[in-house]
Amino acid sequence: MTVIAETTADAVAGIADGATVLIGGFGMAGMPVALIDALIAQGATNLTVVSNNAGNGDTGLAALLAAGRVAKMICSFPRQADSYVFDGLYRDGRIDLEVVPQGNLAERMRAAGAGIGAFFCPTGVGTPLAEGKETRTIDGRDYVLELPIKGDVALIGAHAGDPLGNLVYRKTARNFGPVMATAAATTIAQVTRIVDTGDLDPEAVVTPGIYVDRIVQVTQEATA
Amino acid sequence: MTIAPPTDRTVEHLDRGPLTREEMAATIARDIPDGSYVNLGIGQPTTVADHLRPGSGIVLHTENGMLGMGPAATGDDIDPDLMNAGKIPVTELPGASYFHHADSFAMMRGGHLDVCVLGAFQVSEHGDLANWHTGAPDAIPAVGGAMDLAIGAKDVFVMMTLFAKDGTPKLVPRCTYPLTGLACVSRVYTEHATFLVGPHGTTVVETFGTGVDDLAGRLDVPLTRIGAS
Repeated sequence: MTVIAETTADAVAGIADGATVLIGGFGMAGMPVALIDALIAQGATNLTVVSNNAGNGDTGLAALLAAGRVAKMICSFPRQADSYVFDGLYRDGRIDLEVVPQGNLAERMRAAGAGIGAFFCPTGVGTPLAEGKETRTIDGRDYVLELPIKGDVALIGAHAGDPLGNLVYRKTARNFGPVMATAAATTIAQVTRIVDTGDLDPEAVVTPGIYVDRIVQVTQEATA
Repeated sequence: MTIAPPTDRTVEHLDRGPLTREEMAATIARDIPDGSYVNLGIGQPTTVADHLRPGSGIVLHTENGMLGMGPAATGDDIDPDLMNAGKIPVTELPGASYFHHADSFAMMRGGHLDVCVLGAFQVSEHGDLANWHTGAPDAIPAVGGAMDLAIGAKDVFVMMTLFAKDGTPKLVPRCTYPLTGLACVSRVYTEHATFLVGPHGTTVVETFGTGVDDLAGRLDVPLTRIGAS
């Protein structure tokens, strides 16, 4: 059942030290900045964070990294023009990094959310990222065995939600949100607007409320 | 490889110099069939979009979750929720669609994408690709969607300079940089020539400001001509 949190602090309450936290967003699009700020204030540490990038500039995920709360990043593309916070931590040996091809990152979370124990994937065959992994030839093509990535918590950004937790997204800010929502024990969504039950077109709902545990409204200004 | 080469015999353009970057982008755009679903990689490959034929029906895919991507956004059209894989603000065309990341890579891996255009550090004569990591000890590895694209699109076109800054060829017998994908590239577009690569080796399609024999002398890769017996 979905709970509407009054504040972002209420929304992130109870996240434990050592938790695996899935954080949505591609760059800053869809990044749940207000929830990340609340997580920084909440104080959980020694986190494993799963996100496509490893922070941009000084806000959002970069701020969580700068606060020293993240022991390990699992991501596809840490190195960017403005990823200086992560770059510094990595070069100082203060953070672990697991690089995962972007599609495998998404599919491994999809598998976790769909109850799939593992899957054979053609991506990365013969590359350093497949070293040490089981491989199999199926119908003449080589595949690598990939395991699910399950989160204790997912923090995602969506456009609008209703009291039942149904979510819709906006443009390319959708990115990892719908997949991460399925892959965590507790999914927490920040939305720019909570609408009345029945106001979302059921045909247009992208994430059904069954996947969403807590929802909090954050004004658009606060997410920018 | 699924797209036929643009010529039935190797053409040597000796009356001109090497292609400019703009001309390379235009050459790739010329070779993409009407109606294709296409992903253009970050950086130089993105410029191919500027040369697509009006009315070609080519639909651009961006791996962060969109089909029907339009040109870069400027001024009031900039929307922080609408960007391409390079995180550049873009626009949507009529008929665009949005989808989440698992779907975006499923359509790639599932063989629904016709062409992707990628940059490269090295390509082997049989189409192995190295474009994600120099392997330098102080480099922070970052792969993004490169490995997924390399094995997913029906045709993988590489757009690169033929020689590195130190003069060493980037079309090589065997990649020395960490691999992105095995036997995945079908064509290599460079300023000096366009090549087909694959199980049967490397074939020259066109040359620009140089000839096949001259190129053969500068590369460690055996070159064949289209239409040669």
